[in-house]
Amino acid sequence: MSGAESAYTSQYTSWGRYPRAQHRVRRLAWRHDAEAALTPGDGTVLPYAYGRSYGDVCLNDGGTLIDTRALNRLIAFDPQTGVLRAEAGVSLEQVLAFAVPRGFFLPVSPGTRYVSLAGAVANDVHGKNHHRAGTFGRHVRAFELLRSDSASGRAGCTRTRTDSASGRAGCTRTRTDSASGRAGCTRTRTDGARLVCSPEENPELFRATVGGLGLTGLMLWVEIALKPIRSAELEVETIKFANLDEFFELSAESDATHDYTVAWVDCAASGATLGRGLLMRGNEAADGPLTPHTTRRLNVPLEAPNALLNPLSIRAFNALYYHKRRAKVVRTRQHYSSFFYPLDALGGWNKLYGPRGLLQYQCVLPYAGDAGPLKMIFRAVADSGMGSPLAVLKVFGDLPSPGMLSFPRPGVTLALDFPNAGARTLALLARLDDIVRAEGGRLYPAKDARMSGRDFRRFYPQWRAFARFVDPRFSSSFWRRVTQDAAQETGGDGEDV
Amino acid sequence: MRRTLILGATSAIAAATARLLTERGDALYLVARDAAKLGAVAQDLRARGAAVQSAVADLTDTKRHEALLAAAADALGGLDVVLIAYGTLADQAACEADYRVAERELRTNLLSVVSLLTHLANRMEAQRSGTIAVISSVAGDRGRASNYVYGSAKGALSLFAQGLRNRLHPSGVRVVTIKPGLVDTPMTAHLKKNPLFASPEAVAKGVVRALDGGPEVVYLPAFWHLVMLGIRALPEGLFKRLRL
Repeated sequence: MSGAESAYTSQYTSWGRYPRAQHRVRRLAWRHDAEAALTPGDGTVLPYAYGRSYGDVCLNDGGTLIDTRALNRLIAFDPQTGVLRAEAGVSLEQVLAFAVPRGFFLPVSPGTRYVSLAGAVANDVHGKNHHRAGTFGRHVRAFELLRSDSASGRAGCTRTRTDSASGRAGCTRTRTDSASGRAGCTRTRTDGARLVCSPEENPELFRATVGGLGLTGLMLWVEIALKPIRSAELEVETIKFANLDEFFELSAESDATHDYTVAWVDCAASGATLGRGLLMRGNEAADGPLTPHTTRRLNVPLEAPNALLNPLSIRAFNALYYHKRRAKVVRTRQHYSSFFYPLDALGGWNKLYGPRGLLQYQCVLPYAGDAGPLKMIFRAVADSGMGSPLAVLKVFGDLPSPGMLSFPRPGVTLALDFPNAGARTLALLARLDDIVRAEGGRLYPAKDARMSGRDFRRFYPQWRAFARFVDPRFSSSFWRRVTQDAAQETGGDGEDV
Repeated sequence: MRRTLILGATSAIAAATARLLTERGDALYLVARDAAKLGAVAQDLRARGAAVQSAVADLTDTKRHEALLAAAADALGGLDVVLIAYGTLADQAACEADYRVAERELRTNLLSVVSLLTHLANRMEAQRSGTIAVISSVAGDRGRASNYVYGSAKGALSLFAQGLRNRLHPSGVRVVTIKPGLVDTPMTAHLKKNPLFASPEAVAKGVVRALDGGPEVVYLPAFWHLVMLGIRALPEGLFKRLRL
């Protein structure tokens, strides 16, 4: 029953709960009859699963969302190699519950496990091990993409029968795979095509889809290479740093010795204490139980009042958090759930930001030994009087991301959370944009709700090449926002700047 | 290792239950009507390490029931647990407009299940062991304007299972009646969701608990027991004036 849909609803929000949007929703339960979800009739479509991106990349205001959460089945797993093929709506949480007891872990994980496999591909997410492992997309072996248009006219695309990539390690062909015959029958309805994409097969569409924000077609399954682990626990050190120069030193040293590094910065601090924070670094324990996480116990039941996260409470929280640890270095052994997903323990924590939601701001800045640009950002935040309770800093490695629109690049990335205080918040973020632009950095679409189209196109000069791969039936609020004013800008044929 | 047959294995509750049974090592035999859906469910369980066999069958075809159950028992080497999990949520308005639609719904949700239960009861009574679980519904606890055709099928099914439980008690066979409330599945995709809806995974946990022992009539989630106590207690004179 893949075509089930309701009237327009505002139930589907992004994690920042800003902006709000109205959607029709189609729930997709079976991958073999997914064509029905692309049947023309109600505007553009966009896949949606757990809504963990912050701004509007997962929204399609006035159009249709294809809810893929019921596509939650595994397809094949090779216990020798750790290669897992699973349906697009399988969450990282479901992958971990399955894989950890079998001695495998995600090769790359973002800060929440409530993300679908397809969402992780579409945003080419990164984690605390970017300096060692690069982005999620580097570990994707293949995926199947359902296009609404015929792929025959698309250079370099080879049409494939469903699940026919039987040669792939660990994936056995079974009776069900003959569902491809049905795909053929339904093609009359949509003239769609199912394409298996990998670095070797349909490589251009692969590069467009990794980091492609769900716009290049509907992913039906994803095959990833998990990595072996000997324990579900990590040896973790938490180290205090007094300023940004110390952070960069510590980070460089840690990247050489630790698989995972990330830092939290007290961005309410200013003056002599500007840029102080805590660096967390970890390695997997050599032995220990392979127990997966337990499901969370606490939920935020209701929206907090707007005033809960105010500059004063944020300042107090940050100072407390920084001073909680007296020692310079604290060593602990932690379960992966508290190391990677501390916020997942509190379900619906985004509601703490009140009815107006929150704005995330994540940028990457080139770094060549000068912490100046970061200091400018922290100063701008401190001057604005608007604190960010969560300021996360991480140095990216130089492993290239496979996607055309992938966000990570060598340098340092900073993520900030702001309660949405309207014009004041937007003005601060516009100031930060000026710094990022001047420094040759860029912003992360998965975390964005407001960057200008001009900035997006400057940050992602491959956007025009990417646009050729956007499925004509697909769109998003984000994509319209950042491309709608492109036409007036350039008459030329090159990339616009 | 338990040998478990699931009839209607592609229903969301059944598929979630099958995953939990896989974790504990049950040998599974799955039956469903749609080959592609059945294949996807079986593939998921195999990837999780289950021993899974399956057969495609339209369970409304009662003439095939005896052979189907024999084939499942042969393939598994016997039957310890049988879960009957299929059903259709009748379109009440269509049933009111056309008796043939109502008849079809009653055949699917009641008569075909009665046929299966009859065969299974005789088989398990003879072997003097086993568990038969059937998914009924809270809708069977009281007739309501909005779905009394579906509700009467489930109500009659609950009553049939109750009688069977009574009959099979001396032979040591358990008959378990499961009454889910609102569950967020493809069957209810067209209904507007509210906090009363449970996930198939949560209901599956309750199904497995009920298969393992304890009370033989269970409401899932458990709060429906209280809700239905209240609804059953309303006097008819008042109830008929409510539009529930």
